[in-house]
Amino acid sequence: MSISVEIHKNLNSFMLDVSFRSTSRRIGILGASGCGKSMTLKSIAGIETPDAGRIAVEDRILFDSGSRIDLKPQKRNVGYLFQNYALFPTMTVEKNIGAGLKGNRIEKEKRVREMIRKFQLEGLEQQLPDQLSGGQQQRVALARIMAYEPDVILLDEPFSALDMFLKDRLQRELENMLEGYGGTVILVSHDRDEVYRFSEELLIMDQGRIAAAGPTKEVFRDPKNKTAARLTGCKNFSRIRKLGKDTVEAIDWDLVLHTGRTVPDDAEYIGYRAHDFVPVWGEAGENMLRFDPVSSASLPFEHNYYIRPGKKAGADEVICWFVQREELQRLEGRGKPDYLKIEEEKILFLKK
Amino acid sequence: MKEIMDILEELDWSPLFISLKTGVAATVISFFLGIFAARRAVKAPPGKKAVIDGILSLPMVLPPTVAGFFLLLLFSRRRPLGEFLFDEFGFKVVQTWLGCVIAATVIAFPLMYRNARAAMEQIDVNLVYAGRTLGMSESEIFWKVVVPTAGPGIASGTILTFARALGEYGATSMLAGNIPGKTGTISQKIAMVIQDGDYLTAGIWVVIVLVIAFVIIFLMNLISGKKMKNVGRW
Repeated sequence: MSISVEIHKNLNSFMLDVSFRSTSRRIGILGASGCGKSMTLKSIAGIETPDAGRIAVEDRILFDSGSRIDLKPQKRNVGYLFQNYALFPTMTVEKNIGAGLKGNRIEKEKRVREMIRKFQLEGLEQQLPDQLSGGQQQRVALARIMAYEPDVILLDEPFSALDMFLKDRLQRELENMLEGYGGTVILVSHDRDEVYRFSEELLIMDQGRIAAAGPTKEVFRDPKNKTAARLTGCKNFSRIRKLGKDTVEAIDWDLVLHTGRTVPDDAEYIGYRAHDFVPVWGEAGENMLRFDPVSSASLPFEHNYYIRPGKKAGADEVICWFVQREELQRLEGRGKPDYLKIEEEKILFLKK
Repeated sequence: MKEIMDILEELDWSPLFISLKTGVAATVISFFLGIFAARRAVKAPPGKKAVIDGILSLPMVLPPTVAGFFLLLLFSRRRPLGEFLFDEFGFKVVQTWLGCVIAATVIAFPLMYRNARAAMEQIDVNLVYAGRTLGMSESEIFWKVVVPTAGPGIASGTILTFARALGEYGATSMLAGNIPGKTGTISQKIAMVIQDGDYLTAGIWVVIVLVIAFVIIFLMNLISGKKMKNVGRW
């Protein structure tokens, strides 16, 4: 199954310009709220109409501004899971699942029963949506979508409104339920953990444009530009000046770094993840920052230190170091380190 | 007391039935027209919506006699439309029960329309989108999802419409007149007997109207009470 999408739409505050093509079964779109990712999904489903572009699933064209094709959402065979599930409040579970089914009554009833069994909704057939738990509602919503066998399923921030405990459970449940589904699933979220665990292929969106794209793990390992790096959770950035083939000056950190590999010509920034610093006790060495915390924060399983980077830095520019459990115990044993080491292979080279 | 019993024994009950009949007919017409108009208004772009809304709500803010004036202009048999209706279909509006119904409908319709519209606007638009992506036709979505979900609002609109139609006076008296047994509604009856100084008969009709009004308010609260079950008390 392949999907190809090209969407141009004026969204007043910015232009949505998205274009991608994928044969992955699980695609993730990561972006801050209001970056146009939801609009992208709605355009694929036919709920919103792009100003121009082309959307196709396999060789079925859903939208093509060039040849004036704009299939109604009813004809697209694209399922849409809304964040609030959008279950019809006056219909029972059974009626909700059967709402969009075509064909005669016996076939419909058979299909509904099949879905109720498959999604473990037995005994809830006559319940109304507001009598169900969040997990049950998600199952009904998905059963309703799966009942009519869509080619593509779109998940619009399905877990954003949930508390952490329920979130993890529903994520696992959703993954299980989608196990046997052969079509394409696109998940949109602002939560990097969510897209990381779910998707094989990842698009990172910012201000209506795709900032980075590729296999998910690859994009997280090397986001290639600052926007994408920030959205994948990178906290520390510095402008750079190239001093040699493998030496740069990190201007904002007031530090010369040896990178251990050739610095790409188009790199303007380096990024370094807050978890990747290594504490050093004793003498200063290469690639080391003086550990001089301006503030710190204590979290249940983590400790965050904020360090002033160099003498020239302004008060609001800090480097974040996130210390996790085992290391935290080491720290408690030996006291605060003197320096933080930046490891060569973990430096990200970034374009703007 | 005996006086009251005497009046009750000889009372002509026709105003009650004419009012009820008029109320029911006007409510049924307003119900469908109101829902239809609300659907159009909800779907219309903002500018167009404001115009539609203004025109449809006008009878609610105008004095009923002004509405009656326009209706007379429209339906008088000396006028093109009135003449056409009579010549082609034999419909007489002025001074007939049909006039009662038309007057009551025009005056009460905005209540139905506005309540239905407000209820429909409250609906989570994702429900409509979900219906579309699930392959439901637009009319299926409207009748199976939108109308039931907007149910409480539509129901209270219907009751208010009925109440307003039941008590209509100004436009009715101008268009339909006050012909006893034909177009003489309760409101017109009360006005008439008061003019004759017959406060006792007027009082009896007033009590009847009060009872009906109380039942209506009670029904309203019952319906909105169900809808409001999650609202906290002050």
